[in-house]
Amino acid sequence: MITVTNLTKRYGPTLAVDNISFEVKKGEILGFLGPNGAGKSTTMRILTCYMPPDEGKATVDGLDTIEDSLKVREKIGYLPENTPLYYDMWVIDYLKFVAEIRKIPPVKIKARIREIAHLCGLDKELNKSIGQLSKGYRQRVGLAQTLIHNPDVLILDEPTTGLDPNQIIEIRSLIKEIGREKTVILCSHILPEVQATCNRIIIIKDGKIVGSGTPEELAAQAQGGEEIVYITINGPQDKIQEQLNALEGVQSCCLLGSENGSYRFEVKSKQGVDVREALFRLVVANNWSLTELMRTQITLEDVFKQLTTEEN
Amino acid sequence: MRNIFAIFKKEFRSYFNSPIAYIFITAFLVFSGWLFFRGFFLIGEATMRPFFSILPWEFLFFVPAVTMRMWAEEKKLGTIELLMTFPLNDYEIVIGKFLAAFLFLTITVLLTFPFPLTLFYLNKPDIGPIIGGYLGALLMGAAYLSIGLFISSLTENQIVAFIVSIFTCFALFIIGEQIVLTALPSWLAPIFSFLGLGYHFESIGRGVIDSRDLIYYISVIIFFLFLNIRSVESRKWR
Repeated sequence: MITVTNLTKRYGPTLAVDNISFEVKKGEILGFLGPNGAGKSTTMRILTCYMPPDEGKATVDGLDTIEDSLKVREKIGYLPENTPLYYDMWVIDYLKFVAEIRKIPPVKIKARIREIAHLCGLDKELNKSIGQLSKGYRQRVGLAQTLIHNPDVLILDEPTTGLDPNQIIEIRSLIKEIGREKTVILCSHILPEVQATCNRIIIIKDGKIVGSGTPEELAAQAQGGEEIVYITINGPQDKIQEQLNALEGVQSCCLLGSENGSYRFEVKSKQGVDVREALFRLVVANNWSLTELMRTQITLEDVFKQLTTEEN
Repeated sequence: MRNIFAIFKKEFRSYFNSPIAYIFITAFLVFSGWLFFRGFFLIGEATMRPFFSILPWEFLFFVPAVTMRMWAEEKKLGTIELLMTFPLNDYEIVIGKFLAAFLFLTITVLLTFPFPLTLFYLNKPDIGPIIGGYLGALLMGAAYLSIGLFISSLTENQIVAFIVSIFTCFALFIIGEQIVLTALPSWLAPIFSFLGLGYHFESIGRGVIDSRDLIYYISVIIFFLFLNIRSVESRKWR
């Protein structure tokens, strides 16, 4: 649905987007993740035809963002960062304005607005001025604007900034619901949000893509395949350590601490090997007692940190 | 066409969504009414001349107030990003905005109708200069609007847009004034006088509608609307 090839954009001497390529399939919800200033919004601006790229090409449904700009814009519903809105307009007037621009036939506008208002939970707010609304409702107005012409592609740039936790959950479930039939790109720097709503994630840093895949794939990629298991065993220290090291599939193990005759080890396994069962059998065979056995789950947060901090 | 109309409606309505429109119209009518009736009773002549002769100066302050927010506000709120990603051509937005400002100014100017009515009630004024004066006022106002609209697109600060617009209109107005012309070399004087925004206004105001004057105003309007389209486009190559 969306193809981006070798996209580059400079603002003067600073490179905002550096030769990135990716693809979004129809019906996919793609999370575009990155720290502030990574080039997320710039990429979105290029996709929505707000500005052209310096180099490279972006197409939506096979249409080029420069040559078929107007047609591309018709297919996209875009919610820019910080949800810009005309605060002195009434909600209903604003939605009418957008509906007219989106070429909805005049006779259908009223019904369409009612439908969208209902979907976004704005039924009671239609006859209020946008400036009077709370932040959560403004965000809904912004979303309603993106949806009014039933676009194939939705591009949402940080749609939940500044909302309270309840509102965030509501907006997220709304996005998920909408995303069943549409192609969605969701920009965010909030990890749980992306994890909760997206099927696939692209992590971007300094204008470059540093990771991409499903949340699980990303976790595996960041770990480098090895798994870490924490185990606490009550028994003779030397023997335990010796046996652990000798166990098949274990790459290394080191003692973390001891307490009342229990020893806590960090066991690194070889790539793709789950050593938990073997560890358990070892303990049973030696008649030690096992008080802890835990495999670390690498969270998306760790992946993100690992991929986007300078040290790595 | 439908796009231009949608933008036009939104812009025109936005004047009346805030108190700006009412304050503007009231201030304009009170101010020009005071100037008109003061002259009217002093001179005791049944003519609109004093009113029209002061109008270019009034417009200098009033017209930039009509256009100052049109782009600056969009930039400040960030709504420009929405507007520019709607399936609209840049020129449609510029024309829609211009037409909205023009209709608003026309309504304001036409609300001065009690002034000529007073004249007709008291006396028999010459109708040509009155119609010519109004037509000239609208054309000159439209030229000021296109300048103001262009300058509003260069900044995101309304006050900056307002003040710079006043200065630009002022500069384009005074280059045709006698004081400036006498200081110029004699070969430059007719060119400057022709380019001045006020010269053609006076000419139309005499009640004689010359195509050169019409063409002059229409060229100025188109020129600044064109600059406006370019400045909006400039986001693409900056």
